[in-house]
Amino acid sequence: MTRHLRVDGPNHDNRLDHMAQGVIGQPLNRLEGPLKVTGRATYAAEARPANMAYGVLVQASVPAGKVLEIGDAPGALAVIQDKRMIRYAAQGLDEKGPTSGPDRIEYMGQSIALVVAETFEAARHAAQNIVVRYKPEAVPVDPESVTPELPPKKQSAAGDVDKAMREAAFTLDQVWRTPSQMSAAMEPHAAIAEWDGDSVTIRAALQMLSSNRKQMADALGIRESKLRLLSPYVGGGFGSKLGINAEAVAAAIAAKELGRPVMVAMTRQQVFDLAHRRSETRQRIRLACDAAGRLNGIGHEVLVSNLPGSEFTEPVAQATPFTYQAAHRQVVHAVARIHRGCAGSVRAPGEAVGVTVFECAMDELAELAGIDPVELRLKNIPDVEPTTERPFSSHKLAEALREGAERFGWSGRRAPGQRLEGEWFIGMGMAAAVRVNMLQESRAKVTLVQDGTAIVETDMTDIGTGTYTILGQLAAEMLGLPTDRVEVRLGDTQFPPASGSGGSFGAASSGNSVFLACEEIRQQIAKAMGCDERDLTLQDGMARAGNVAKSLSELVDGTITGEGHLQPGKTEKSHRQATWGSHWAEVAVNRWTGEVRVRRMMGVFACGRVLNEKTARSQCLGGMTFGIGIALTEAMEHDPRDGHAVSRDLAEYHIPSHADVPSLDVHFLPERDAYVGPLQAKGLGELGICGAGAAVLNAIHNACGARVRDLPATPDKIIAGLEP
Amino acid sequence: MKEFAFHRAASVADLPSGATIIAGGTNLLDLMKLEVMAPEALVDITRLDLDRIEPDGDGLRIGALVRNSDLAAHPTIRRHYPVLSRALLAGASGQLRNMATTGGNLMQRTRCPYFYDRRMPCNKREPGAGCSAIGGVTRNHAILGASEHCIATYPGDMAVALRALDAVVEIDGPSPRRVPLADFHLLPGDTPHVETVLQPGEIITAVILPAPVGGQQRYRKVRDRASYAFALVSVAAIIGMDGGRISHAALAFGGVAHKPWRNPEIEKLLTGQEPSDALFAEAAEILLQPAQGHGENQFKIPLLRRTLNATLRDTTGMEAQA
Ligand SMILES: Cc1cc2nc3c(=O)[nH]c(=O)nc-3n(C[C@H](O)[C@H](O)[C@H](O)COP(=O)(O)OP(=O)(O)OC[C@H]3O[C@@H](n4cnc5c(N)ncnc54)[C@H](O)[C@@H]3O)c2cc1C
Ligand code: SF4
Repeated sequence: MTRHLRVDGPNHDNRLDHMAQGVIGQPLNRLEGPLKVTGRATYAAEARPANMAYGVLVQASVPAGKVLEIGDAPGALAVIQDKRMIRYAAQGLDEKGPTSGPDRIEYMGQSIALVVAETFEAARHAAQNIVVRYKPEAVPVDPESVTPELPPKKQSAAGDVDKAMREAAFTLDQVWRTPSQMSAAMEPHAAIAEWDGDSVTIRAALQMLSSNRKQMADALGIRESKLRLLSPYVGGGFGSKLGINAEAVAAAIAAKELGRPVMVAMTRQQVFDLAHRRSETRQRIRLACDAAGRLNGIGHEVLVSNLPGSEFTEPVAQATPFTYQAAHRQVVHAVARIHRGCAGSVRAPGEAVGVTVFECAMDELAELAGIDPVELRLKNIPDVEPTTERPFSSHKLAEALREGAERFGWSGRRAPGQRLEGEWFIGMGMAAAVRVNMLQESRAKVTLVQDGTAIVETDMTDIGTGTYTILGQLAAEMLGLPTDRVEVRLGDTQFPPASGSGGSFGAASSGNSVFLACEEIRQQIAKAMGCDERDLTLQDGMARAGNVAKSLSELVDGTITGEGHLQPGKTEKSHRQATWGSHWAEVAVNRWTGEVRVRRMMGVFACGRVLNEKTARSQCLGGMTFGIGIALTEAMEHDPRDGHAVSRDLAEYHIPSHADVPSLDVHFLPERDAYVGPLQAKGLGELGICGAGAAVLNAIHNACGARVRDLPATPDKIIAGLEP
Repeated sequence: MKEFAFHRAASVADLPSGATIIAGGTNLLDLMKLEVMAPEALVDITRLDLDRIEPDGDGLRIGALVRNSDLAAHPTIRRHYPVLSRALLAGASGQLRNMATTGGNLMQRTRCPYFYDRRMPCNKREPGAGCSAIGGVTRNHAILGASEHCIATYPGDMAVALRALDAVVEIDGPSPRRVPLADFHLLPGDTPHVETVLQPGEIITAVILPAPVGGQQRYRKVRDRASYAFALVSVAAIIGMDGGRISHAALAFGGVAHKPWRNPEIEKLLTGQEPSDALFAEAAEILLQPAQGHGENQFKIPLLRRTLNATLRDTTGMEAQA
C-alpha cells in the first residue's frame, strides 16, 4: 500500500521524537563508507562489461558556427555524428532533453562528435587529432558588451528606491563582480551504455535519476520504459550532474551503432568545457537606511549571462526579497546572451553569490552608519515576508546571529587595521546565512522482512552527501531496528522515483517518503498487534503495545511492504520557507603581499531537524569551504577573444586546498519546522555556502581596511587596497 | 596520447638517441595526454644510479633522480641550504614531490594555459604559430625578459633557490660538461621552444651546490591559494649580516620570467649597507626598472616590489625589530 502525503498544512506531531530506537540524529558513520574507502563502490566509469569500447568526445575549436566536415580517425572503430547528440547539459528537473544537433556550435569546446576505439587512449588520440572544417561565426563573449534581456518573471519592485536613497540618512551604492565558477566535483562525468534489444541500461554519474530518465529518453527518442539508469555512487555533483550531459547521450548512441557496450568518460579538461558553469555576475547594490540603521530602500540589480535561448538564469537575488525589511525595493535580473559555456546550477545557485555580495554590502552600510554589523542585521529582520506578507514557516536568523556572536567572541572585534601581529593584520567578519527551502515529489518503498531486516528502495542518489545513511537511519528509527539491519538501495530507475539530489531538497524529500512508507508498515504491524499505530513501540526488533510484546518475526509473515509518496503542497505557497544561519570568520592579511589566511571560521545553522549530526556537519564544512573558495580563490577565467574556459584543470581552477581551510566550527540550532512535512527537516546542503564568503571578505576589511568588490580576493586585489 | 616506444635505460651510456627522458613523469605524462608533447620514444631513467646526495669538494652533488621530498628533508640541505628545502616544500603537493625528481624539476615546462591548449596557437609548441597569451589571459605570465614571441614564465620553485645558491648543472652526453644554473635556462627571444642549453642526446646527471654560505635564507612564494599553486612571484633570499650591515646578498626571483631571475646590481647595492626601507625601495626600483606587464599580470610589478621588501625586512632582522 502507498501512503501519500501532500504537505498542505502544518504537522506538529514530532513523531520522530517519540520513536524508541534512538538512532535518528545520531552522528553515525556512512553506511557505505567502508565500500568507498576500499574501492568496492563502483562509480560510473568503473564497471567493465565484456567487449566494451571507449568513446571520447570531439570538441569544437571555434566559439560559434557550423561544422562543415569531420575528417577520418585512423585507428578508431567509428566517428559518430548523430543529430540527437546534445550541445550542452540539461538543467536540473528539465523534462525534455537539451538542444540537440551538434553540427551547430554555440561555444568553444562544445561536443560535436564522438570517436570510438578499442582503448581510451586510442580514442582520445583520434579525437584530439581529427580534422574538422568549420564555418565560423563572430559572436559576443563578454557579458558587458551586449544589451541584456530582462526576463519579466525575474524582476520585482515595490515603492521607489531612488526616492528612498535621496531621503536616507545613510546610503550605499556599489558594484561587485564575481567570476564564472565551476562545480569541480572529484569524479569526472562518465557513462557506460549497454543495449539489450531495444532497451538500454546506462551507468552514469547523475544526481536526479527520475528527471534524467525523462531527459535521456527524449534525447534518444525512446520510451522511458526502455531506459534504465544506474547511479549507485556519485563522486560529487554540486549541480554539475543535475541534468544529462553529452557523454551519456553519445555513449547510448554509439553503443547502439556498434552493437557493444560503450563507455564515454570526460577528461578533466572536458568537464571544465562541458559542465555547466555558474554565470559570472555583476551586482549593483543600493541600500538606504535611517539614522538608527533601519532600512528603507533595497536595490539589487544583477547582470548574469547564458547562451542564447538557454532558460536558466542564475537566481542571484533570490533571497533578497525576504531577508531584510524595507518599504522600497527593487530586484533586477538582466541576462546577457553570450557564447561562453552554458550556465546552470552550481553549488547553491543564487544565494552562493547573491547572499555573499549582499552581506558584504550590509557590512559596508554598517560601517557607514556607525552601527555594529550584527546589530544592523538584527534591526532589519522582517516579521513576515516583506513582498508578500506571508508568514515564515520558521525564522531563526536573529537567534543564529546572537548565538554566533556569543560563541565566536564577536565583542573582541576592533576597528579596521587595529590588530597587527608581525606582518599580519588580523580581523573579524560576519554575515547572515539564508537559503530558500523547498520539497520535491518523492517516492520510496520499504520492505520489512520476517528475519527482522528491512530494505529501502528508491531511485534517490547519494552524491557523497550521506543519503544512504540517513535513509537507513530513518527506516531503523521508524521500524525499531538497529541500523545494520537496514539495507538501502539507491540510484536505480527500477526503484520508485525520488526527488533526486539537488537544491538541498534531497534529504527532506526522500526522507519524508521513507518516513511515510515506514508509517504504512507500522500501521500493518499495529493491526497485527491489535493496537492503534500511535500506541505501538518498535525497538530492537520487538513490537510493544501496552503490556503486550512480540518479536517482529512473530508478526511478519514473509514480508510487509510499504510505499511512501510525498508531494509538496499548500505550505509552499502559504509560508515562506527558508533555512537560516550566521557565518563568522577571523582572517590574517599579510601587510606586504596581500595574502589572506583564514584563521578560524564558524557557522551557526538552523535547518529543522538534523537527521545525522555527522553527515549534516560535513555538509556545512563543505559549504563553508566553498565559501572560502568564492571569497579567495575560485575563478574560471574566459579567454577575452573567444570566451573559452582557460582554467581547465584542478591545478589552475583553485578550489581551496587543505592549507586554505582552518578548523571549522559548526553549530546547529535545535528546530522543528512544522510546515515542511512530518520529518520537520529542511535542506542543508547549500546553506553553509550562502554568505560564508562574505564573512571572510568582511574580515579582510576589518583586518586591513581593503574592500575587494571584484571576487575572488587574490593578493593582487588586496594590495591594491593596502598602503604602499 | 600518441603511441610510443618505451625503453628502460640501464646506464647513462645506454640512452637511445632521439628518445625523450621520463623521470617522475609528473609533468611529461600530463603533457603527453594532451599531446602537447608527443614523443615517439620514451626512455625511463629511474633505474639509473643517480639518486644520491654526496659531498663534492666543500659542496654537495645532488643526483638528478633524487626525489624532491627526499632532497627537502635531507639533513645537510635543511641545515646548510635551507632556502632550497623551503623552495622545494613550497612546490606542488606532497604526492607530486614524492615522484618529482631534481632533473625533471629543472626541466619542467611553462604553465602558460595556451601552451597546454592545442586549439590555440603557441610559438613554444609550434614555432612560428604565434602567441595566444598576448591579448589573452596573462595572470601567470612574465614581466621580465619576455619577448614579442613568448611571455611565458618558468614556473618552478626549486630552481629559483638553486639560482640564489649559485648551483651548477652537471650534464652527460657526447660532451660532458658543467653549466652554471644561471646559464642553463634561456630567455624566449625568437626561439621560445628552446628552453635550456641541454642538447638532444644529453642528460642532466646532477646538480652541484657550492660550499654553504650561511646567512638568513628564505624562500617566499606568493600564490593564489595557500598551497598547491604556482608562484605569482617568489623570492629566494640569502642575506648575511655583519655589525648591522648587509655583508652578503643573493636574491633570485621566480614567477616573473622565462628563467629564474637574478640581478647582480641589486646585490651590489645592498652589500655593505644598513638595512632601511629606502634602501630596499631602491633595490626594487633597479630590479623592476625593465619590468613590463601584459594586461592582467601588471600586478606582478607592485607585488614583486612588496614581496622583495618583506623578504629583505625579514632576512635583515628589520621586521623583528618593528
Ligand atoms: C598539479 C601540479 C602542480 C605543481 N606545482 C608545482 C609548484 O608549485 N612548484 C614547482 O616547482 N613545481 C610544481 N609542479 C611541477 C613539478 O615540480 C614537476 O612536474 C616535477 O618536478 C617534474 O619532475 P619529474 O621527475 O616528474 O619530471 P618528468 O615529468 O619525468 O620530466 C619532465 C621533463 O624533464 C625531462 N627530464 C627529466 N629528467 C631529466 C634528466 N635527468 N635530464 C634531462 N631531462 C630530464 C623530461 O624529458 C621532461 O621533458 C607541479 C606539477 C603538477 C602536476
Ligand atoms: S606565452 Fe609562450 S607558451 Fe604561452 S602561448 Fe605565448 S608562446 Fe606559447
